[in-house]
Amino acid sequence: MADVNRGNRPLSPHLQVYRLPLPAITSILTRITGHALVAGILLLVWWLVAAVSSPDAFATADWVLRSWLGFLIMTASTWALWFHALSGVRHLFYDNGMGLEIEDAKRASWGIIIGSVALTVLSLIIFFIG
Amino acid sequence: MRYITPRKAAQGLGSARAGTAHHQSITMSSYALIILTPLFLIAVGGAIGLPQDQVMAHFGRPFPGIITAMFVIVGMLHFIKGSQGGAIADYVHGKTQQLTMVAIAIFGWGVIAAAIFALAKMAFTTPAI
Repeated sequence: MADVNRGNRPLSPHLQVYRLPLPAITSILTRITGHALVAGILLLVWWLVAAVSSPDAFATADWVLRSWLGFLIMTASTWALWFHALSGVRHLFYDNGMGLEIEDAKRASWGIIIGSVALTVLSLIIFFIG
Repeated sequence: MRYITPRKAAQGLGSARAGTAHHQSITMSSYALIILTPLFLIAVGGAIGLPQDQVMAHFGRPFPGIITAMFVIVGMLHFIKGSQGGAIADYVHGKTQQLTMVAIAIFGWGVIAAAIFALAKMAFTTPAI
């Protein structure tokens, strides 16, 4: 068969050289954030159980929760929670056949990224002044 | 010669064999979690930094106690379903898949049990205000 279109045809996506499009990255991040939230819920439930166990147990859990590591886990979990929530809302739209065009999916991806960061900052502001 | 129809040969060979019920379970819990998420952040955010007796009193009140309990229950059931069907079924197979799914269920229900135990103890030990 004559190869008349060499160099100007779509390439098959090869896993090692394939640059993931933004909607693919946000889609994978939905699964990753959903599983990463295990860290946040474990820390919180440990803290709750420690509060009904003993003053020593609470002191340890509370120290971890309010340390820089605890702050990092809680802040990251808050972002993961908002990201997963916004991305989940997009899946509810997908389920109804909405937002499936590539340009719409790209716009929604940016909305999810910017929205999740904004909601995390807002949550932290409310936490520190409230 | 094949004695079964193509439909019969394909039946039951879907990825999870319970796709519709699984999808509905994830979708319904996600609707609930959209509402519960901001309420949960308020309930928990209001308690971090308090001394132990005030943490217990905080979650002993109806709003923080019920919201936190609902978020942990619905959230962990959403996690169990989502992890088992959405992620594990795609990446792990065979015996390892079965064992991973059992481990996820034990973990998820363990977290629910621990949270409900703590919240119930707080609700019942805090004197009524």
